Amino acid sequence: MKVRIDEARCEGHGRCYATAPVLFEPDDIGNGHVIGDGAVPPELEHQARLAVANCPEQAITIEETS
Amino acid sequence: MGHHDAVTDWQTDFDHTDDVWAADPYPIWEELREKCPVAHTERYGGVWLPTRYDDVSAIAYDTEKFTSRSIVVSEFRPPAMLAPAGIAPPISSDPPYHHDARRMLLPIFSPQAVDKLEPSTRAYCDELIAAMQGRDVVDAAVDYAQHIPVRVIANMLGLPESDADVFRGFVNHVLEGVALPIEQRVDGMIALFGYLEGHIKDHMENPRDDLISFLLDSELEGQKLDPFQVGRTIALLLIAGIDTTWSAIGASIWHLAKTPADRERLVNEPELLPVAMEELLRAYAPVTMARLVKEDMEWNGCPMKADDWVLLPFPSANRDPNEFDDADKVIIDREINRHAAFGLGIHRCAGSHLARMELRVALEVWLEAFPRFELADPDAVKWSGGQVRGPRVLPVRVTG
Repeated sequence: MKVRIDEARCEGHGRCYATAPVLFEPDDIGNGHVIGDGAVPPELEHQARLAVANCPEQAITIEETS
Repeated sequence: MGHHDAVTDWQTDFDHTDDVWAADPYPIWEELREKCPVAHTERYGGVWLPTRYDDVSAIAYDTEKFTSRSIVVSEFRPPAMLAPAGIAPPISSDPPYHHDARRMLLPIFSPQAVDKLEPSTRAYCDELIAAMQGRDVVDAAVDYAQHIPVRVIANMLGLPESDADVFRGFVNHVLEGVALPIEQRVDGMIALFGYLEGHIKDHMENPRDDLISFLLDSELEGQKLDPFQVGRTIALLLIAGIDTTWSAIGASIWHLAKTPADRERLVNEPELLPVAMEELLRAYAPVTMARLVKEDMEWNGCPMKADDWVLLPFPSANRDPNEFDDADKVIIDREINRHAAFGLGIHRCAGSHLARMELRVALEVWLEAFPRFELADPDAVKWSGGQVRGPRVLPVRVTG
């Protein structure tokens, strides 16, 4: 599983890095960024899905790899 | 409040300053969402009221058909000549001006910058609690919630904390005096900008490490901000930073005071607070924004005219059963919570990280000091009307 943020949609609510701080981090204006290449370890898959479900701008997507 | 006739028909003659709306707007919105999803009133020269999540968000995103030139509904529409900045940039600005005006402010309100303000915020909260020692009943709105954002924002801006009553007077006028005649509205605005002008002059002569000096030193479109622009942005931060957070803190304490199971759970599981807070923000979102219609048009079957107001009740969107399961229930461990308490789109509340920090610290300190508390007199609780809703009188018994 991989996470991705659509930067054009992100408005910096910060729900992703609050929900899944190992997967996302804020930049200097509070917009969310994926840490590293966005690969999600199995134990963080639930957090990744919560980040998607809690983003008010629906800016986060999950790509299922296998 | 009380400047207009009481409302008898919410579909065709609503008024968001009506006492019934202030006391409990949720049943009104619920009925409108079902029966009349975009209500209208002739008051204030014409206002539309979408109540469903989808409509509120569609308008929030549509900066082409709706302008932010004014975001507080009253009898007074700020003149178009104030564009592109608007009366209080960047909340009153449209694209493209909006982008850079907002970008300039965001680093000051980033999560990293807000973290640094946490220790002083906690110290204020501790002081307020200490001052309540020995009392059985305290007013959680008057003695606690209202002071926290005033002190935080005054320090950030570089305005004297001792002027707290003056700030609250301005805020009250701008947000709750919306039904006043135009002359009184304008007098209040002149007083606010006169007050800020004095402090801005002083900062020009004696720069210091605060937000007023930062803005005086900032550039937009290749030019230094002039003192009037600085004043308008400071007015925004003052007004937007106080009533809103005060309301969120007060509404959260009100909920916990009347819901012992939730209060006990948070006392026993303080680590749940960040998730619980999001639910309290969803269920009791304080802020309703507004837009003006740019040009005559039909929108979702509504004949909208240029300069009609449109209210954006995010608190109603947050209770829409098409968007949230059990939308009317407060579920403090709700995991999936895509609420819009801080707005949607390019005008997302710039201070949301600051507001969340203040709310979390205020609740942590309160729950630690008062693990048992309850409403001392539920009928005495009073809520503000208008576009920012929160408890303004909230007597709580703190000796369980």
